[in-house]
Amino acid sequence: MNWTPELGLGLLLIIPAIGCAGIVLAGKAPNFRDIINLVMGTALLVNVIALVKAVGAGSRPSLVLADIGGGLSLQFTLEPLGALFAALASSLFLLNTLYGIGYMRGTNAKDQTRFFAFFAVAIAASMGVAASGNMLTLFVFYEILTLSTFPLVTHNGDAKAKRGGRIYLTILMATSIGLLLPAVIATQVFAGSTEFVAGGLFAGTLGAGIIGTLLVLYTFGIAKAALIPVHMWLPNAMVAPTPVSAFLHAVAVVKAGVFTMVKIVVYLFGMDVVRDSAVAHWLAILAAITIVIGSLIAMTKDNLKARLAWSTIGQLSYITLGAMIATPLALLGAALQIVMHAFGKITLFMCAGSIYSSNHTTEVSKMNGMGKAMPMVFIAFFIGALSIIGLPPFAGVWPKFLLFMGMTDKADQWLVMALILSSLLNIVYLLPISVNAFMKKAESQENNIADARPPVLTVLPPVLTAAATLVLFFMAVPIMDYLRPVFEGGS
Amino acid sequence: MILESIGSSSAIGIDALWSNAAALVVVIPLIGGAVAALLGRGRIAWAWAVLCVLASFILSLFMLNLVLGGETIGYEMGNWEVPLGIAYQIDSLNALIITLVSAMALLALLFGLPTVEHEIDPKKQSMFFGTFLVCVAGLLGMAATADAFNVFVFLEISSISTYVLVAMGAKQNRQALTASYNYLILGTIGATFFVIGVGLLYMVTGTLNMSDISSILAGMGDDRVVRAAFAFIVIGLGLKTAMFPLHTWLPNAYAFSPSIVGMFLASTATKVALYLLIRFLFSVFQTGSSFETAMFDFVLAPMAVTAMIVCSVQASFQPDVRRLLAYSSVAQVGYMLLGVSLGTAAGLSAGLLHLFNHALMKGALFMAIGLAGLGLGVVRISEMRGMGKTMPFTAAGLTVAGLSLMGVPLTAGFISKYYLVIAALERGWWWAVVAIVVSSVLAIFYVGKMIEAMYLHEPAKHADGSVMKVKTPVLSLIALYILVLANVWFFFDPSLPFGLAETAASALIGGEGS
Repeated sequence: MNWTPELGLGLLLIIPAIGCAGIVLAGKAPNFRDIINLVMGTALLVNVIALVKAVGAGSRPSLVLADIGGGLSLQFTLEPLGALFAALASSLFLLNTLYGIGYMRGTNAKDQTRFFAFFAVAIAASMGVAASGNMLTLFVFYEILTLSTFPLVTHNGDAKAKRGGRIYLTILMATSIGLLLPAVIATQVFAGSTEFVAGGLFAGTLGAGIIGTLLVLYTFGIAKAALIPVHMWLPNAMVAPTPVSAFLHAVAVVKAGVFTMVKIVVYLFGMDVVRDSAVAHWLAILAAITIVIGSLIAMTKDNLKARLAWSTIGQLSYITLGAMIATPLALLGAALQIVMHAFGKITLFMCAGSIYSSNHTTEVSKMNGMGKAMPMVFIAFFIGALSIIGLPPFAGVWPKFLLFMGMTDKADQWLVMALILSSLLNIVYLLPISVNAFMKKAESQENNIADARPPVLTVLPPVLTAAATLVLFFMAVPIMDYLRPVFEGGS
Repeated sequence: MILESIGSSSAIGIDALWSNAAALVVVIPLIGGAVAALLGRGRIAWAWAVLCVLASFILSLFMLNLVLGGETIGYEMGNWEVPLGIAYQIDSLNALIITLVSAMALLALLFGLPTVEHEIDPKKQSMFFGTFLVCVAGLLGMAATADAFNVFVFLEISSISTYVLVAMGAKQNRQALTASYNYLILGTIGATFFVIGVGLLYMVTGTLNMSDISSILAGMGDDRVVRAAFAFIVIGLGLKTAMFPLHTWLPNAYAFSPSIVGMFLASTATKVALYLLIRFLFSVFQTGSSFETAMFDFVLAPMAVTAMIVCSVQASFQPDVRRLLAYSSVAQVGYMLLGVSLGTAAGLSAGLLHLFNHALMKGALFMAIGLAGLGLGVVRISEMRGMGKTMPFTAAGLTVAGLSLMGVPLTAGFISKYYLVIAALERGWWWAVVAIVVSSVLAIFYVGKMIEAMYLHEPAKHADGSVMKVKTPVLSLIALYILVLANVWFFFDPSLPFGLAETAASALIGGEGS
């Protein structure tokens, strides 16, 4: 049987399904199990790369999963944005798996088979989100992603993990069923379908009031995008083991949220409709507020993972902001931010995990002087931080640049202030960590914690992703060219 | 005559069985009930009950197949012609109900043997299964008959047997007795109201056959006696349907009855009463008459919406799991009544679809809770803690059924809510859509409480700290999973129940020109 793009769409679900079954069956033989896991990740990545090439060549493969009747169906259709998200998620998933194996072994974590099995389900759900051809399908996979990551968040099983997990599940489920699902149904009722089409479904058919209401329902219903005030699940989810945090913050979960945000603006509402909506303007302001508040709170956190979590909240709102500004350039910036932030943030999280797995340090204030014992980790952290801040020659500069450009199209240029302020704050709360690790002396030498060395498998992946932020700086133009067909209709 | 037809079926052969299917589907469990009571031992009586219900189920499938082919099955008892004799009539509306009731009875029996052996005195078990069969026969009779007085007879058969069945929970909890007594009082009032209404109709029309009444009423114009009959019948059936605020008997009756009874009643009893309400509202009385429209808009719809919200709130505050599910049932009846009160074909078919789907989800939920009660002695939500570890299969089934109750896509509950929203918007009832959303959010809350207890709290442990593992009877689990899978199946392919509901709705309302 020859590979076709349609088959590739099916394989997005089939490969993780087989992998998940293999992981469960090989649960008694950890080495074999982990090999299956890596083979699955590689196979998925190869498949996605083939799909990305097909979409780049102009193909828009489509696959009906189930036709329910009454105008409802579950359907895959891959377009450039989805292909980009799939490529991002599957490549980082492979690295994250490598890292996860090292981390879980390094910390002698329990129930590793269950852990990796749920990971397989979660990556399948992410692929489903990426490839969804209509909003109903996207919603289904969005929910599966929430449910499958819940056991990962609570993996440690202690009281703290359960409390965090409870908040995680409650906020994500309540917003998605209470706000997002009604929005999806309303879309179906008003537009007669929830299919993603270029230029949107609503153009010229609905009044400003209904558009505004729907926009609010969608924006807060997609709580994975963590706009204030539906952001609290994210800091609470940091009770999870670090590979899960990386998965949440970079590979799939929050990215699925902001990806959905971009997707509804481009393909459901239509960029012109959002640009003309007064409600979108207020949501843009809320996003700007979230950017600043996220950074401000991040500064106050001494726990490294908490600091990174709040940083994510701020960084995600760049994407929401771009989506609500809704000029082609701003949206292009938003789409790039999905990718560029992912590589920067996964580097930081993996570094945090390496530090933890070698000497169980979680507080920033205790990391002084550790740079000598693990120089690679802190160099990688430094590069990741530079990318997040948005300095050249690292990938993170591009989305900010495009957002600046996109905003000058519009009257609310003063929102640029939020971006500048945020970048300054990023410098304050991210850069000193690495600098102090190298420059300052460790305060307490009693346990020699600063001399413990992290396992190789937890160092190699962050070094790779840090290098990738450098490579992506030069690859930004091809990526923009790849996305061009998406935004041509709107400008 | 009935007995003759049974006797001759073996002589003439299988044809006689099929041609009398409409009657036999009721008669077999009715007579089987008497036989079961004579069988001395619980397990034999159970096997016999399974056989009887299985026969009914097969017959109902046979009739369903005919109805799907576009036929309407008419049957005259003892060959007495309408309007003198009692007629049975099976069309797309009640074929669905009859199949639902017999299927649920079969699943209840498959599920229930271990719980009955646990909850009911060995000496009383054969009587219990006998009463259960009579109850099934009563519900099937209510659904199958086309004669208004015959409805009353079967209503009483099912009600009286239900009082007995509920009271049998007394071995577990003495409160079952007061619950049953309460239900008896209210149920009798309901039945009395109903029979007064039928009497008034008889006074006006001189006939008891439903289609006969309908055609005579059509030629009559507005009449005060007919209005009075309408009011009595709606209140009487409303009580049996647990229409808010006539639902007060329901929570305790469900909560304190034996598990198998709670499960069976939750998935059938109110459904059959609702079916009758629909039959009377749309087929016997004139749709579009001013008092009926006024009743829909100003009584039924507001009550339905109130039930959806108030009872969902009440459910959220119940510590007792089965009372929680019972209050949720009243709220869900609100969804169905909302569909009915829209008065459009789309609304009615959405309501009917929700009726069917709700039977699937509530049946599964009550089964799972029954198993939890059997394995862990669960009564309160807090006692469900750690079920995800101690009873993983039951907990997983309960979760899927709970998601269906919330109305999450990939479960049947989504489909019926979706059609209900569409139907409400078609009439411009925005407030109804808001109520559906609010009620669904409350459902997240009360279902979430169960899921939280099962998966987020530590399970009960042995003294040595190892997690208690509970063995669940395999047959019960199979019954549970049939319902759970049905909840998923009817998301992907709702054509069977929805097709029937649409056909029935357009047959009932189509003439109105809407």
